[in-house]
Amino acid sequence: MNLHEFQAKELFRRYGIAVPEGRVASTGAEAVAAAEALGGNLWVVKAQVHAGGRGKAGGVKLCRSVEEVRAASDALLGTRLVTKQTGPDGLPIHQVYVEVGSPIARELYLSLLLNRDRSRLAFIASAAGGMDIEEVAARTPDRILRVEIHPAAGLAGYQCRLLAFGLGLTGAQIAQFETIARGIYKLYVDNDCSLVEVNPLIVTKDGVVLALDAKINIDPNAVFRQPSIANYRDPSQEDPMEREASEHDLNYVSLDGDIACMVNGAGLAMATMDLIKLHGGQPANFLDVGGGATPERVTAAFKLILSNVRVRAILVNIFGGIVRCDIIAEGVIAAVKTTGVTVPVIVRLEGTNADVARQQLANSGLAITPASDLADAASKAVRLAAGRQGQAA
Amino acid sequence: MSILLSRHSRVICQGFTGKQGTFHSEQCIAYGTRVVGGVTPGRAGQTHLGLPVFNSAHKAVEKTGADVSMIYVPAGGAADAILEAADAGIKLIVCITEGIPVNDMIRVKEALKDYAARLVGPNCPGVITPGEAKVGIMPGFIHQAGRVGIVSRSGTLTYEAVFQTTRLGLGQSTCVGIGGDPVRGMNFVDVLALFESDPGTDGVIMVGEIGGSDEEAGAEFIREHLTKPVVAYIAGVTAPPGKRMGHAGAVIAGGKGTAADKYAALERAGVRTVHSPAELGSAMAEALKGRIRVRPAHARSAARTVPPAKPAATRPAVRPPPRKPASAKASGSASRKAGRSNKRR
Repeated sequence: MNLHEFQAKELFRRYGIAVPEGRVASTGAEAVAAAEALGGNLWVVKAQVHAGGRGKAGGVKLCRSVEEVRAASDALLGTRLVTKQTGPDGLPIHQVYVEVGSPIARELYLSLLLNRDRSRLAFIASAAGGMDIEEVAARTPDRILRVEIHPAAGLAGYQCRLLAFGLGLTGAQIAQFETIARGIYKLYVDNDCSLVEVNPLIVTKDGVVLALDAKINIDPNAVFRQPSIANYRDPSQEDPMEREASEHDLNYVSLDGDIACMVNGAGLAMATMDLIKLHGGQPANFLDVGGGATPERVTAAFKLILSNVRVRAILVNIFGGIVRCDIIAEGVIAAVKTTGVTVPVIVRLEGTNADVARQQLANSGLAITPASDLADAASKAVRLAAGRQGQAA
Repeated sequence: MSILLSRHSRVICQGFTGKQGTFHSEQCIAYGTRVVGGVTPGRAGQTHLGLPVFNSAHKAVEKTGADVSMIYVPAGGAADAILEAADAGIKLIVCITEGIPVNDMIRVKEALKDYAARLVGPNCPGVITPGEAKVGIMPGFIHQAGRVGIVSRSGTLTYEAVFQTTRLGLGQSTCVGIGGDPVRGMNFVDVLALFESDPGTDGVIMVGEIGGSDEEAGAEFIREHLTKPVVAYIAGVTAPPGKRMGHAGAVIAGGKGTAADKYAALERAGVRTVHSPAELGSAMAEALKGRIRVRPAHARSAARTVPPAKPAATRPAVRPPPRKPASAKASGSASRKAGRSNKRR
């Protein structure tokens, strides 16, 4: 789960992490009021979307008057911002964050996240802030600083100092940095984050260390025990189909192709997508109906798949372990009948009660194409989808 | 022979009286697993599925001599249950629970260093030694006792590998689902080491997926330590970066953890990789050609007709005899293992 910058900064303030003064606004008038309340003569208006790369995409505007604040806000609000992280449709801008402009002397990078190889949290820091950190890591790995945190000992003072000196901070900045790092660590652990990233962390011309940007991701497994964080959720930033899927306990990810998949198990769902590609097709989605698939869930999954207009064929791939294939077959038959599917449906069922299930499908009188194994299913799906494409053209 | 689990394993279930715990304990018992009791705090003294219920894993171990625990406790309490099992002296902890917060697992992983226990999972199908015992949620009837070891991050994809090796008459020595979470117990390297020193395993199927670098670590280990053939498949070639593909651990982040990287590492290590999961079984059969006897015709019919309630029937009546150099090989791998532990610590 992702937070907006203004929400992340609200949390930052609560944990004593220094950030510039700022306010969120939903209209041009609110933005002007925010700028006037903040005072000064330099503001930054930032589009609030769940994606990075906002600056390059025109989502961050520097304003030298309240008129400019109004113009920038009006230009952003109600539009969609397309960045390199959003995909071609972009994300809707419903709010802007109006912030006091900060005189920047240096731009640094700081993040806290899981180091999977070591099963520990790690701070990553770099003096090359404001840039794409992955690029920095790839091109100049020696400019990346890293400390790993022992889960019982917590963040140690020496680790903060290693980072601070490594970043070239001096004097009072060392203590300021330690306050920020400690705040981030506490915030991360208290709120079950999966990422806290500050890019850039700046040193102002007055020598003060400030978090100019703030990005927080929350571990979706932990949202159940973080009720205040759950309130930060902004469904408008989520893919509507993925949102719909989560309401039915389905795991769905939109993709660009035209062959829809419905599979039980995440690994098998990925493998099914790969097989489609291997046979020359393109998957329209990742969809895991889970281990406890019921006829109702199968129907919900079919409706979801069919709401994607690009879909030219549906491939159902189920390996029945706990879930019985005959139950899935019932669901598929019901779904095909109730949703009035017009594209080819290819079904491969294996495992518990697969024979019964295959018989059910054959007896249903519906135009369901059976497949004997994984490879057969993928090649039939690709062929039938291509056939539909030919008809359409 | 097998790894981790055998007919002698004495198994308890934590979360025993819950819906999941009840259903899967029944299935495990039906398979022939020696389940000796269960834990549900506050229900001590009751009998469930004809077995004693205890308030704590400690009491269960004391009264039943259990050495294996399977955990079906809901996500909020599962990390606690793992620690309880370890502290009670359980040797193999299999955590099936899905959705445990990552920060809980970071603490568990650190704390487990104080114990002798091995953890499999969380968010995994479990461990099965076909014909002997199953601890987990996998369908027992697709398995067949045999000589291929399977280690996988994915549940249903493991079943594919199992099904194919059963159909081809290769069978499985032990199958270990290590789970789809980013912080977990045993990893590819740990399981590969056990398979290498198990005289009952002739070859290993490894099923990985995008995210992290555990497959790369496994590849490095294979290159240095494995004498047995390994066949590998990686799921997620088509997965877009930054999207979590169902499993918490299956996400390409920061340009790392792509299927292409993992395939390249495995191929450098001399692993036979397949780009279609439908070829896992046949590639293994090819790799083992001439090394073991296979019984395809019988196995095919057995796999299709034997009902889940009678899994014992899927065991072959006679196991292939161990190959002559087996003992020499076992001692060889033991010394290699010793060399490894020096190297790694």
